[in-house]
Amino acid sequence: MRFIPHTRDDVARMLEAVGVTSVDALFPTVPASLRARASLDLPAGLGEREVLERLSALAAMNDVQASFLGAGCYRHYVPSAVSLVMGRSEFATSYTPYQPEVSQGTLQATFEFQTYVARLTGLEVANASMYDGASAFAEALLMALRVVKNRSRLLVSAGLHPEYIEVARTYLCGYGRGEIVEVPLAADGRTDLRALEALLGDDVAAVAIGYPNFFGAIEDLASASRLAKRAGALSISATTEALALALLRTPAACGVDIAVAEGQSFGLATSFGGPGLGLFATRAAYMRQMPGRLVGETVDEDGRRGYVLTLATREQHIRRDKATSNICTNQGLAALCATVFLGLAGRRGLRELAVENTRAAHRVAERLRREAGVELSFSAPFFNEFSVEVPDCEQMFVRAVAGGLVPGLRVASLLPERREHRNRLLVAVTECTSEAEIDMLVQRLTARAAA
Amino acid sequence: MKREMEAPIFEKGSRGRSGIDVACGDGPLPLDASLLRDDLEDFPEVSEPEVIRHYVRLSQLNYSVATNFYPLGSCTMKYNPAVNERAAALPGFADLHPYAPEQTVQGALLLLRDLEHWLCEVSGLDAVSLQPAAGAQGELTGMKVIRAWHETQGRARRKVLIPESAHGTNPASATLCGYDSVSVACDERGLLSAASVRALVDEDVAALMLTNPSTLGLFEEDIEEIAAILHAAGALLYMDGANMNALLGVAKPGHMGADVLQFNLHKTFSTPHGGGGPGAGPVAVRDFLEKFLPRPRIVERDGRLAWDNDCPSSIGKVRSFYGNFGILVRAYSYMLACGGDGLTETSRMAVLAANYLKVRLEGRYQVAYQRPCMHEVVLTDKLQNRLGVRTLDIAKRLLDHGFHAPTIYFPLVVSGALMIEPTETESLETMDRFVEAMTAIAIEAESDPDKVREAPHETVLARLDETRAARYPVLTWRRPAVVAVAGT
Amino acid sequence: MEIPDDLHYTKEHEWVRVEPDGTVTIGITDFAQEQLGDIVFVELPKPDDETVVLKDEAFAVVESVKAASDVYSPISGKVLEVNDDLPDNPNAINEDPYGDGWLVRLEPKNVDDVEELMNSDEYEELIEGLTD
Repeated sequence: MRFIPHTRDDVARMLEAVGVTSVDALFPTVPASLRARASLDLPAGLGEREVLERLSALAAMNDVQASFLGAGCYRHYVPSAVSLVMGRSEFATSYTPYQPEVSQGTLQATFEFQTYVARLTGLEVANASMYDGASAFAEALLMALRVVKNRSRLLVSAGLHPEYIEVARTYLCGYGRGEIVEVPLAADGRTDLRALEALLGDDVAAVAIGYPNFFGAIEDLASASRLAKRAGALSISATTEALALALLRTPAACGVDIAVAEGQSFGLATSFGGPGLGLFATRAAYMRQMPGRLVGETVDEDGRRGYVLTLATREQHIRRDKATSNICTNQGLAALCATVFLGLAGRRGLRELAVENTRAAHRVAERLRREAGVELSFSAPFFNEFSVEVPDCEQMFVRAVAGGLVPGLRVASLLPERREHRNRLLVAVTECTSEAEIDMLVQRLTARAAA
Repeated sequence: MKREMEAPIFEKGSRGRSGIDVACGDGPLPLDASLLRDDLEDFPEVSEPEVIRHYVRLSQLNYSVATNFYPLGSCTMKYNPAVNERAAALPGFADLHPYAPEQTVQGALLLLRDLEHWLCEVSGLDAVSLQPAAGAQGELTGMKVIRAWHETQGRARRKVLIPESAHGTNPASATLCGYDSVSVACDERGLLSAASVRALVDEDVAALMLTNPSTLGLFEEDIEEIAAILHAAGALLYMDGANMNALLGVAKPGHMGADVLQFNLHKTFSTPHGGGGPGAGPVAVRDFLEKFLPRPRIVERDGRLAWDNDCPSSIGKVRSFYGNFGILVRAYSYMLACGGDGLTETSRMAVLAANYLKVRLEGRYQVAYQRPCMHEVVLTDKLQNRLGVRTLDIAKRLLDHGFHAPTIYFPLVVSGALMIEPTETESLETMDRFVEAMTAIAIEAESDPDKVREAPHETVLARLDETRAARYPVLTWRRPAVVAVAGT
Repeated sequence: MEIPDDLHYTKEHEWVRVEPDGTVTIGITDFAQEQLGDIVFVELPKPDDETVVLKDEAFAVVESVKAASDVYSPISGKVLEVNDDLPDNPNAINEDPYGDGWLVRLEPKNVDDVEELMNSDEYEELIEGLTD
């Protein structure tokens, strides 16, 4: 076994030192009744070439088609510089930086990451990452229940990503407090603020809005926050496409108290949906109620600037059953990836990228309207994703996929019980969407109209 | 060349630079100005070579498995095979979208289904969900499953028993599931005794969360009896699989009576720790609990694999999509490389290495529990304490010798714990060098205790002021104050 | 180690002083601050008419870098005042645990409850037992 260095002589030397005659004799504390009698029923080990052949064959069974899929996982270009840094085994094969004197690389990069997340959301503090946008959202609701004590209803916009709402329900089930009530959407695709106002009351701990929401609509986050605040509830925003934060009014400017996002767009491959990257930011006043790890700046004994894990008394390894979260391992390397990406793009490049995405998406929407006669589902402004009405969505989808194109996400596939969505197709456009793909989409939807 | 600290990226670059070129064109933006944010304040303006240099330099300030021995106990810092990275980067995996039609992702589904089966075989349990993103999320998932099962039995129950040596994630996960944690002391052997479980079990106990081998590196010898006591009282046995590196092919949790187990693929199955993730925390359960696992489940339908979302008893999803797929590919690659015999060899050699370090270090250091250890050994600073040298000092002095420190001050039940896990991938020469370093520190603690107490001396920074960091938290970069120069 | 003889003590290392006006002041002992190390954060109750603390229940948290310790009230009562300087200067607990490092002042429900607590000799004995 090439990963294990021990020769027969090494084993003999170690056994002799330990004072036993065989490796089997090292397990006297494992009751005989439990000792494995047969070897593991797994395939025989393979050489590296065969491993790669087997995996390449599996990868080749997948067909990466031209696609307009987004819905929380976006195809953006990953610059080679990002891949190079990710490949540095000094980063990849290190552990959580418990010994700061030999972990300044990870610590400083994480500090930079926290800074980016804070600036993107406009909020004062951000943590070192969560698993993904959905679990970050669930943790935001739990945090709101800690901050706003003695209140239990959580008003969650029906425009939030359905998987985010489901994950939040899973986290809250059995927790003992926190009841999710969905706020419907208005006809323009944004949260119905009147309905929100009617649902608000002195038992509401938080209001949560997608920004942009699952259907691509840029919500009136400021108005929602204002209503929440007036009722004494916290305002939470959840963003599935973090690139939007480079262009849109920041959650903080809209009065948000906790902003979460999925950061996969910042240099991570789609990778069948994982690893993703949960971004989590809040106001300084709530810092000690935050879940997850935090890196802070300090000095060493000689007064030199350095970084350490800090405010750890919130965390499970110290506070145990009273911790703010159970999270331990987070998405460290994915956070590094985003950090490198955001540095590369920088002040100008990131905004330009967001602008390019906006323009590209609007061009596609316009062509679909003009050439294929396909209308937008909603009138609300959008960033790089929008919903269109396709009367025979299901058949069109099947034909398109057979022709090598995934035209977008059938909303009904995630929300089958909602009749109003049955003809809706969610279309995401990024800087990676080619003209050829756009032509294919326009043709496919035009053909539908002609059929 | 002495390494130096690197200024934050925000203090680099110059106005007008960028590390990417974007063709965003001109003309009006199709969004109303009232929807837009201010400038991306504080974002750097740096070229691609500056970014590369910054992060490559930062990487050089890190300790890693790729550079040297990383003896962190309970973290299983084994070698991360290079081929895993190549496998995960294959475009047929890396470029897959989670909502791509099932017929276009058959290779990915096949990989996931095989991995589920293999983890069943290793654990002796019946069904696996690969969805949890890390070990702690696996614990949460497992405990939610247990709660859901109890509810179908009529009552969720209220308490979870947790040995005091457990990882903090155990009680934290139990709290998230609405349970009160009841701490159970270990006995003079360092083990959880059947008697102590019997004394605490009642009809309000939902489960016991037991790490086996424990964080003391000891096999829980009463586990079969403990499982029987729990089951007789209608409670379940949750086994924390953080230390599975001791058990592959040696003994199966399912045979021990475990009903639920989470794996930490970033420990046992060689996926890189990444400075703190991403990991993966698959959950294995007995057959009667399968229907509660997170949805969707992989099923065979019309001769091909498919996602089944119609799972009415499921606890629901614990994260978006299906799990940290890229990490699952790496673990799959590792299991392919090792095979059944290789995995068994892995655990046998990991246990041999830990016992070797134990005998080489005892005498110089107190061993917390005098029993044969499994994959890790816990020492204490008792012999050094009388010299005024503590565990933290020993840990810091090890950094000067070029080694990472062991896990320190954990488990909490051992005063001044130093928990050492060599794994199977460290050579005898490396372990001997580590023993020499530990021995030298023990001797130095006698001859020059101040030198140990003031360590580290050779690292890029000296000891950092953690009190200041916590008293006056600075969690994001601040522009350094501009100092006015007189006369200008 | 300082153990003033005019105070009352608990086995969780809190001290209680009965003030001339019948109110009581509570803090943590010199021994407690030394065990915790540098205090970095203190969480105190809000002082208003509504806030009452109950005997043997946690009413404050004192944190060092690596530990968080609940502070239990040795006596029931209404919170009259909390030490507002502590959030900015938690170090006061380390430097002057019986003076500037006080935590709260209560109007006790029953001031005679303090008589159940340890006196300085008894507390000293307790600590000697712990440090052996």
